[in-house]
Amino acid sequence: MLTSLNQRALIVSLLIFGVFLLAWHLATQGSGSVQQMDPEYAKLMGLTATKGTSAMPGPLDVAAKIWEHLKSPFYDRGPNDKGIGIQLAYSIARVMTGYFIAVLVALPLGFLIGMSPMMSKALDPFIQIMKPVSPLAWMPLALYTIKDSSISSIFVIFICSVWPMLINTAFGVASVRKEWLNVARTLEVTPIRKAFTIILPAAAPTIFTGMRISIGIAWLVIVAAEMLVGGTGIGYFVWNEWNNLSISNVIVSILVIGLVGMVLDQILAMFARMVTYPE
Amino acid sequence: MTPVNLVVNDTAANEKFISIEGIARRYPAPGGGSTTIFENIWFSMKRGEFCCVIGHSGCGKTTVLNMLAGLELPDDGVNIVDGYAIEGPSLDRAVIFQSHALLPWRTVLGNVAYAVSSKWRDWKKDKVNAHAQKYIELVGLGASLHKRPSELSGGMKQRVGIARALSIEPKMMLMDEPFSALDALTRGSLQDEVRRICLDTGQSTFMITHDVDEAIYLADKIVLMTNGPGAMVAEIVENPLPRNRDRINLHKLPDYYAVRNHLIDFLVTGSKIFRDNIPAGYDPRKPPLVRPGADKPLTPGDRKAA
Ligand SMILES: Nc1ncnc2c1ncn2[C@@H]1O[C@H](COP(=O)(O)OP(=O)(O)O)[C@@H](O)[C@H]1O
Ligand SMILES: [Mg+2]
Repeated sequence: MLTSLNQRALIVSLLIFGVFLLAWHLATQGSGSVQQMDPEYAKLMGLTATKGTSAMPGPLDVAAKIWEHLKSPFYDRGPNDKGIGIQLAYSIARVMTGYFIAVLVALPLGFLIGMSPMMSKALDPFIQIMKPVSPLAWMPLALYTIKDSSISSIFVIFICSVWPMLINTAFGVASVRKEWLNVARTLEVTPIRKAFTIILPAAAPTIFTGMRISIGIAWLVIVAAEMLVGGTGIGYFVWNEWNNLSISNVIVSILVIGLVGMVLDQILAMFARMVTYPE
Repeated sequence: MTPVNLVVNDTAANEKFISIEGIARRYPAPGGGSTTIFENIWFSMKRGEFCCVIGHSGCGKTTVLNMLAGLELPDDGVNIVDGYAIEGPSLDRAVIFQSHALLPWRTVLGNVAYAVSSKWRDWKKDKVNAHAQKYIELVGLGASLHKRPSELSGGMKQRVGIARALSIEPKMMLMDEPFSALDALTRGSLQDEVRRICLDTGQSTFMITHDVDEAIYLADKIVLMTNGPGAMVAEIVENPLPRNRDRINLHKLPDYYAVRNHLIDFLVTGSKIFRDNIPAGYDPRKPPLVRPGADKPLTPGDRKAA
């Protein structure tokens, strides 16, 4: 065998993709017989009945749709008709805002919990109760108090991304090897310098793991949150296109959501690799 | 604070550079009450002296060392360095950890420079690095400045630990079984280096070891600790071998077997039976000082007080 494992895997991936496209194409070809009927009735019945094609778009329809979006991703024709690029930008901006506020809260608080067994015990019941709450359950409360749908989504992103970061930071900080702390103690390192030169680098890989989990959850939650509050964003876009019965657009959105999620995850993974140290 | 008798006299200060005075460590026992790991431990070290401690696992050697480092405080008694009671860690006392304890995210230079910049906080980066490099070269790692600990062998890591300890130019070095994880060959060459460095710099050193030959080669004075719980200092052995000894020819020196047998006897039997057969006149405040192999056989009555 001359081909490497990667090459073989790539070939299999392409094959699976090809088979999938073909099956999709064939399945959405349409099922034949066209019935004669009253045009008004036909309108109600939809394309399946009138033209014999499936309402489910085929890969070619979706490809055409993708091309259409790529040509003008950022057009803006009023509140219900914006380019997919604009909608994505809204979602990403909300995720980033909520996420960074969560970083600002979770890292210092995680440090505190990790360094102080007392604070860890004191805050534990709150964390244990808040953590399993679905972030969307906060939405009504957020809407009621904040009275702004966009800020409410940001709040929901904040609340869902804060827990993994908080817990991982606390764990990372609490499990810094005692011998490294002893090195700092024997060198009479000041507490601030110890935090930045020993604890932070030692806990960084664990902290970044938490941040990576958080960004994944945040991206999952934003779609649902925007569906709920409407207005702008990729989640709203999906829901709007479903109401327009534009399944092609829904499929395109699914692809785009997946792609953006992957990119966000990879960015965090890259940071995590940068701070990981071999022992 | 425990009051300390300030030493006025210079010779006395050098005679009792380190003075361990009645220290104890107790842990709460599982069923209530407490377990005494050791108590009423007394001995002292001279300035520039190399002192080894030998005893079985669990007798409390690391605890004593940590107390000297200031990482732990005794439950009773006090440790005095240079006239002052130890109340916490100090840059005057460098520790070489058994597990080397290098920071894996820093290079060799970074690890030593970290210590240097902790001691001299106002030094510029160049000065810090130059100083660190000097000590890295001293332990023969000049070619590995920019390697990370994970790229080093066990012996090299331990060398970095030694360079880090020396780089802060401490008044004394504390070493916890520094070579126990190394192969015999590496251990031998590191022992040579440590001995050379200690003789050159007049370092006072306190070292824990399991290896009798290591103690005989390196130490001026060997403290024998009995088994715990309730460990005691059974006696203090003065090394009768000449100061210019070298490792390869150690076993050819006339007193070598006398010391070696004395130490081994202690580890095999003495450490177990000592507390049930405490010799007449034993005073924990002044553990007997013995010098095996000296011309005249020692009787308990002849033993000088340490
Ligand atoms: N946190 C603790 N609780 C109870 N016992 C302890 C604790 N830490 C250490 N010990 C006991 O103290 C004794 C001395 O330990 P150590 O100083 O590490 O011994 P050594 O270095 O001589 O092997 C051991 O018997 C150990 O079991
Ligand atoms: Mg030990």
